[in-house]
Amino acid sequence: MTTLWTRNETLVALVIVAFCVLAAFSDPGFLSIATLTDLSRGGIVLGIFAVGALIVLISGGIDVSFTAIAAFTMYVTAMVLNAVMPWMPWWAALMMGMGIGACLGAINGVLIAVMGLPTLIVTLGTLSVFRGFMLTFIGQKQITTLPPGMREFGRMMVLRGENADGSFYSLHAAFLVTVLAVVLTWVILHRTMLGRQIFAIGGSVESARRIGINVRGVQFFVYVYVGVLAGLAGIIHASMARVANPFDLVGLELSVIAAVVLGGARLAGGHGTLTGTVLGVALIVLVRNSLIVLGIPSTWQSVAIGVLILIGTGLPAWQAKRAAARAA
Amino acid sequence: MWQSPVSRLFASTEGRLAGIALVVFVLMAALEPDKFLSLQNFTSMAFQFPEFAILALAMTVTMLTGGIDLSVVGIANLSAVIAATILTQATGGGAGIVVIAYTAAVGVGMMAGLFNGVLVASLGLPPILATLGSGLIFTGIAIALTGGSAVMGFPAATAWIGNSTLLGIPTPLILFALLALMISLVLTRTGFGVKLRMYGANPLAARFAAINIGAMLVKVYVLSGALAAIAGMVVMSRANSAKADYGSSYLLLAVLIAVLGGVNPYGGYGRVIGVVLAVLTMQFLSSGLNMIGVSNFARELIWGSLLIFVMIVNTWRTKARRT
Repeated sequence: MTTLWTRNETLVALVIVAFCVLAAFSDPGFLSIATLTDLSRGGIVLGIFAVGALIVLISGGIDVSFTAIAAFTMYVTAMVLNAVMPWMPWWAALMMGMGIGACLGAINGVLIAVMGLPTLIVTLGTLSVFRGFMLTFIGQKQITTLPPGMREFGRMMVLRGENADGSFYSLHAAFLVTVLAVVLTWVILHRTMLGRQIFAIGGSVESARRIGINVRGVQFFVYVYVGVLAGLAGIIHASMARVANPFDLVGLELSVIAAVVLGGARLAGGHGTLTGTVLGVALIVLVRNSLIVLGIPSTWQSVAIGVLILIGTGLPAWQAKRAAARAA
Repeated sequence: MWQSPVSRLFASTEGRLAGIALVVFVLMAALEPDKFLSLQNFTSMAFQFPEFAILALAMTVTMLTGGIDLSVVGIANLSAVIAATILTQATGGGAGIVVIAYTAAVGVGMMAGLFNGVLVASLGLPPILATLGSGLIFTGIAIALTGGSAVMGFPAATAWIGNSTLLGIPTPLILFALLALMISLVLTRTGFGVKLRMYGANPLAARFAAINIGAMLVKVYVLSGALAAIAGMVVMSRANSAKADYGSSYLLLAVLIAVLGGVNPYGGYGRVIGVVLAVLTMQFLSSGLNMIGVSNFARELIWGSLLIFVMIVNTWRTKARRT
């Protein structure tokens, strides 16, 4: 029971519930399907990013380049499809995005897994490289006319309805992609040998190597997988926004990592859950979209997120410190 | 084993970096001799780099302990906004009010650093998360104070720190040189510096050596906050305004410069001379590329490539030495 109470997931879930209760008191209209679909919509891209960030954190690394991969992928995909094969259906656009993302992720993979460079520095470098390359050699103008496949995907809804007051709500089909990404990652982490190996490397690289895990191979897979997810998120972002803006997305990376850490993943590696990650993303989206409902002006939004990060990471850190002091 | 002076020079990170800086300088001078080697170019470079170079010094100090300070830009902007508010509220004040505003700004920076230090040292938060969160809070307070718009309309004396020259040398450059010298002396010639590097190299050994780690870490983050506030003053003076979201690209640039300068992000190793060389390399590259007509975005691409290239060379050197 004590472990349940001290877990980050519980803390985050309680904060979410408290937030919703307070919001419902100050505005009864808050508890509606429309709010739920709005929040789900806000969490689609962030959720896919967070799943990728989680798997890297579990493996003991950190990746800050995924937003640049996403921006690069969406821009190049939109441009290539427009120019060469506008007849491609929506799923082909998603596949292409995943392919480009995988290639960019593989660059991180080679530098980190094969050459053994520190993950933070490599991805900091590739963040600049991917973004700089795109903006210098490919283009800086927004693509406002997306290829037909991406436009079609942008209009796809799984749920549509009318509110009591006559306004409409809808849930974008891309939400299913996010769910799929979460499920697939759960299967990889908890139902395959590869997943056990990712946890093992995050726990201790040296121990993992001594029990015969192919550390380089697993690390390479992790960065390619993050690239695939980032590419996917990029295409979805552009489809939903109905424009491919090369200046979008980059800058989100630290908020995504914060959401994942809020959900209990550790920067030192080896720890992290998908439940926590989903809750962390939900909380960040809630604060971004609905702080105003609590009567807090939106100018205070970043203060609120900052305080959440400090409390969310400070409480477990402080508990761990106290436990260590008691043991000593 | 006898080594030639050249190979001995290139055996150290700083030596290699000096080589790279020289190569970049010669390359740029050869490509655009008239523009790059002009006095005007040197003056403009000397005005440009000190602001992010001071942020890189702040980053270096925290990285030496194995930490990082992601809140430097937030601190710089918050202290600039507070100084700007003081400057615009006061009417008719001369140099006196400027001194008060600058002192207040550095005070705010130190308070912000103290907050970071308490989070890291007393509560045991990982520095990357503590400063990520506090950076959002500092930026958020600056946004809330200004409503997100720029504060301007300062007395003329404000321009001194960022836009004037002293004996023909740009003031920001003198300021940076003094700070770099001071940090270098603190790191190499004081007990505090030794403790700091010792903790970065091996936290456990430092604890067994009875170092008061908490007090040391708090001082490190206060120092970093003060440096960030000074950088904020230079930016404010040069821009003649203060805004909550100035210089957001400076954060990654500061990390990049520190790492390029050979500072080990896991702590324990780093020298101020390396950081200075890295700053110069970046500025030569950036000014030179600007003259050739390369866009700002290509600069980003080249900085990133340079960072990865230097890391590959450093790793390859250490591996070669081991085998």
